[in-house]
Amino acid sequence: MAATGNDAKFFTRGKIQEFKAELQDAARGKDKKFAKRKTVLKKIVANITMGNDMSQMFPEVIQCLPIPMLEIKKMVYLFLVSYGRARPDLIERAIPHFQADCEDRNPLIRALAVRTMAYIPLPSVATALIEPLRHSLKDGDPYVRKTAAICVAKLYLMDHRIVEREKFIDQLKELLKDVNSTVVSNAVAALTEIAERSDNIVLKFSYSMATKLVAALENCSEWGQIYILDSLLNYVPQSADEANTLTERIVSRLQHSNSAVVLTVIKILLYLMNYIESKQSIEYLCKKMGPPLVTLLSSGPEVQYVALRNILLIIQRRPSVLKDDVKVFFCKYNDPIYVKLAKLEIIYRLATEANAKVVLAELHEYATEVDIDFTRKAVRSIGRLAIKISTAGDPCIKVLLELIDSKVSYVLQEAVVVIKDILRRYPDKYLHVIPLLCEHINLLDEPEAKAAIVWIIGQYADRIENADELMDNLTYTFLEEATEVQLALLTACVKLFIQKPQQGQKLLPKILKWATEEVDNPDLRDRGFMYWRLLSTDATAARTIVLGDRPPVNTDTDRMELGALDQLLLHTASLGSIYHKTPDTFIRFAKPKSLPDSPALNPASKRALISPTAVGPPKPVSTAHLVPPIPQSLRTMQDEARTTPQTSSPVSLQGPPGVSEQPIASPVSPSAASLQTPSRQGTTDSDQLQQQRPIPPPKPDDPYANLDSVFGNYVADQPRPVGGRPGEFDDLLL
Amino acid sequence: MISGFFIFNQKGEVLITRLYRTDIKRSISEVFRIHVVSSADVRSPIVTLGSTSFLHVRHNNIYVLAITKNNANAALIFEFLYRFISISRSYFGKLDEESVKNNFVLIYELIDEILDFGYPQTSEIDTLKAYITTEAARSEVTDIGESSKLTTQMTGAVSWRRGDIKYKKNEAFVDVVENVNLLMSAKGTVLRADVDGQILMRAYLSGMPECKFGLNDKLVLDKAERAADNAVRLDDCQFHQCVQLGAWGSDRTISFIPPDGEFELMKYRSTSDVHLPLRVHPTVTEIGTTQVQYSITVKAGFNSKLSATNIVLRIPTPLNATMASCKTASGKAKYVPAENVIVWKIPRIQGGSEATLTAAADLAATTTRQAWARPPIDVDFQVLMFTASGLLVRFLKVYEKSGYHSVKWVRYLTRASGTYQIRF
Repeated sequence: MAATGNDAKFFTRGKIQEFKAELQDAARGKDKKFAKRKTVLKKIVANITMGNDMSQMFPEVIQCLPIPMLEIKKMVYLFLVSYGRARPDLIERAIPHFQADCEDRNPLIRALAVRTMAYIPLPSVATALIEPLRHSLKDGDPYVRKTAAICVAKLYLMDHRIVEREKFIDQLKELLKDVNSTVVSNAVAALTEIAERSDNIVLKFSYSMATKLVAALENCSEWGQIYILDSLLNYVPQSADEANTLTERIVSRLQHSNSAVVLTVIKILLYLMNYIESKQSIEYLCKKMGPPLVTLLSSGPEVQYVALRNILLIIQRRPSVLKDDVKVFFCKYNDPIYVKLAKLEIIYRLATEANAKVVLAELHEYATEVDIDFTRKAVRSIGRLAIKISTAGDPCIKVLLELIDSKVSYVLQEAVVVIKDILRRYPDKYLHVIPLLCEHINLLDEPEAKAAIVWIIGQYADRIENADELMDNLTYTFLEEATEVQLALLTACVKLFIQKPQQGQKLLPKILKWATEEVDNPDLRDRGFMYWRLLSTDATAARTIVLGDRPPVNTDTDRMELGALDQLLLHTASLGSIYHKTPDTFIRFAKPKSLPDSPALNPASKRALISPTAVGPPKPVSTAHLVPPIPQSLRTMQDEARTTPQTSSPVSLQGPPGVSEQPIASPVSPSAASLQTPSRQGTTDSDQLQQQRPIPPPKPDDPYANLDSVFGNYVADQPRPVGGRPGEFDDLLL
Repeated sequence: MISGFFIFNQKGEVLITRLYRTDIKRSISEVFRIHVVSSADVRSPIVTLGSTSFLHVRHNNIYVLAITKNNANAALIFEFLYRFISISRSYFGKLDEESVKNNFVLIYELIDEILDFGYPQTSEIDTLKAYITTEAARSEVTDIGESSKLTTQMTGAVSWRRGDIKYKKNEAFVDVVENVNLLMSAKGTVLRADVDGQILMRAYLSGMPECKFGLNDKLVLDKAERAADNAVRLDDCQFHQCVQLGAWGSDRTISFIPPDGEFELMKYRSTSDVHLPLRVHPTVTEIGTTQVQYSITVKAGFNSKLSATNIVLRIPTPLNATMASCKTASGKAKYVPAENVIVWKIPRIQGGSEATLTAAADLAATTTRQAWARPPIDVDFQVLMFTASGLLVRFLKVYEKSGYHSVKWVRYLTRASGTYQIRF
């Protein structure tokens, strides 16, 4: 039935006066089968689409309402939905027609009338809607009931007092028990939306309600299944048995062809798994989830993207899901860039000793591709691979040196940064690469890369013969450098001086003077003074402090804290899961969600639990709103670290040299990364791991506590919402 | 949920606007035009500005867009946009700027029905077509009995099928279509080989037929203790809304009441023992900085009674290639400078035989020293009556209370399109 219409001719800008005349003529003269009026209405709809203001047509269009032709009625209704709000004075004339339609014998007409009325946000329409809506919610026809259910949500957003006064919520609750599953699913959707908007309505399901809803799944549309599955978050299991039974009853939905059904089932399974204690059950569910997740990668690129961003979260929380599937994440040459970048974030996390070789070969391939973000991230991933898997260190270094040899500027810069991290992981193993890096010093022009090479020279000054020459050259432009480079230079000079006093003694005073007298940046000045005093008071102490042992780097910090993950996973498949932010941090009016406590909550999840009180509502203007909620204990810890950096404990004196390794681009703030507390790698089930060892909060003196995500400062390609403050763009758009 | 639904053409002109909620205005379309349509570098299908998120899918020369101000389910929105596209294609044959303009009134009717307050509702094509019809076949649904039947169907457990379908001859066609994904390294090792399969059905069956469908699924055959050498291990299966998932979950039977006409019964994935229909052996040599020489051989590994057709190899050339000469005895090869590839088209290769191409690309002198990234060679092809996974349809049983006889047909097709890649 591919008979296509022929309406393109109406897509031209028309004049209101002409339309008015045409409609009036048609109404007066002969209009066989209303064809003339239909044509004019089509022109009007086309003009609405093109953005021409047609509100002046109101009186004439309303006169078409009595025409007994569904197609015309629908166009008039569309007009009323578009302009009803603009002409409250004229809408009165339409109301009797609506009310008559609400009592039509044809259920399609009845539903259409209620549905349309509820789209017009005017008090007079809302008042006129009350009675018809009450009847529609009890209509004999399921189609009318399912339409009316959504209308309650519409009305609630328009004026919640009417809904409360007329007890429509109670009627909606009744519909949860409707015999028709489609009606049930729409009632669930409406109630969920109302609860999300309301201050005093909380949706809570008992176990028997939850099982009733699950039973309705079999008979409702795919979309209805999603609404129902989603609403199961309103049910808190009181025992592991309850949770187990529910998972058994929904797990077969993983085979649905609609990816949104699959992801929503996964969301609920992950949620319920927090209330299941049996290792076998959890392992079984993890195993069940893997294949459908992989299948999502055969969907359209947009769905693949959603899936990939969620997979990144899921494998952090449940590492056994997909643990043997790294190959499915290898990029196709023609994948869209957003799919490639999302895959790349997953690849090194699934690397093991066994597959490291294949993974490295693959990353090497990517590092020579054209897209700059992609190649850079590939190089970063090679670095992470080397740090994660010690046996991969040698081949990774080999590949990195090969890449450096290609002399492609951005690849070179990334490689230097990455090698710095590898040197920190294996301090004495790869010293032979240092001279090779030094050959390329002049090609480095990005602050992060410069800071990296400066760190290397300072750290290994005693092994580099001409360290003083190199430093001398590098400090030549000291005053023009970015702060992170200046900080690195300062520390490196101190290190040089301590290791080779002869070579450093000429350079150091110059730098200290610049840092303390010529530079405006307080961080740099303070650090300059600190070194100065330290060196002049106690040179031995200076040596132990500046060249002290560094905590080893590892990729464990790449994993988000369990509690935060549990919270984010409550938003699986949603926008929040794509940005890895809880919605209340970037969406106005979004309510924070947290994993509810219950006697059934398993010990691992309980330990990681972030209590709702710690979450709190987002503050209107603060930096905190861009960051996933931080447990209170953690927050105060950081505040302390910030306000009393060096005096509170003697240990923290070791801080400054450590901190100096980190390019500090912005003042230390509790960032997303601060949630990434160390946890041991290699175990397949993070639950197990947490039982062995509770998560230590980052120590205030841990220089890596604020490591700004795995990829250092390089977050250019991280998906994120644009526009700092909520409201900034809203005003612009409304 | 969805606050607004839009369609844009490539110029950023609005072809369809429908606002479902008052939290956005029509003028928001400008923001999308600026940030996505006229932006040279769109790096995500989702753009979030403040609390407002724009989720779009490109199809032919249009953008289909949904806007939301909530933390909406992104997978649901994209699935809905895909569904809109497939509904439109079923209605208009194709979805592009021209067909949108020609059918805009109908599209408004459709999106009023399939989205209510931004919540996707009935989207079963068959049901929609029963009462939202194109001009040519427009008949008013005025009969109350007819309407009630429709509404019951739309909200019922078998929302995809009308009960009163009658055919003189009851037939069902099953098409097994496999897309092969291959990624082969320069050394000839298979990095990744898997099959995305689809089972498409065209059911022309009367009444409410209950169907049972059987494959050579390893798990099923093993359980039945039927020694089967050719059983296939399926990594995962996903089914059409009509398939009873509970039954599949308990004993892996596929039972369903099909929609009328064409639909995708299931999708599956298989990664074990993939038979690669075509093997490509490239030898690519860079002669100094002035020339690249190619010798490419394609071998058809399958039964000699079958043949691969419409084979197209796209062989990348360096960006600074000025010309390329190609020689082959099979098909035609041509250098396409605009895309930096040699396109080699072979109409047919018989199973067991092979074809060879030799070519040389001359390079212009350049100042950049960056090495050539060497994108992979891409091969498109089709092989009829062959499945790369080895999947076979064992049976399709149709039960209807009237007990009619039905005729079933099965076809197999294996193909690759942009997913069969060989590095060199």
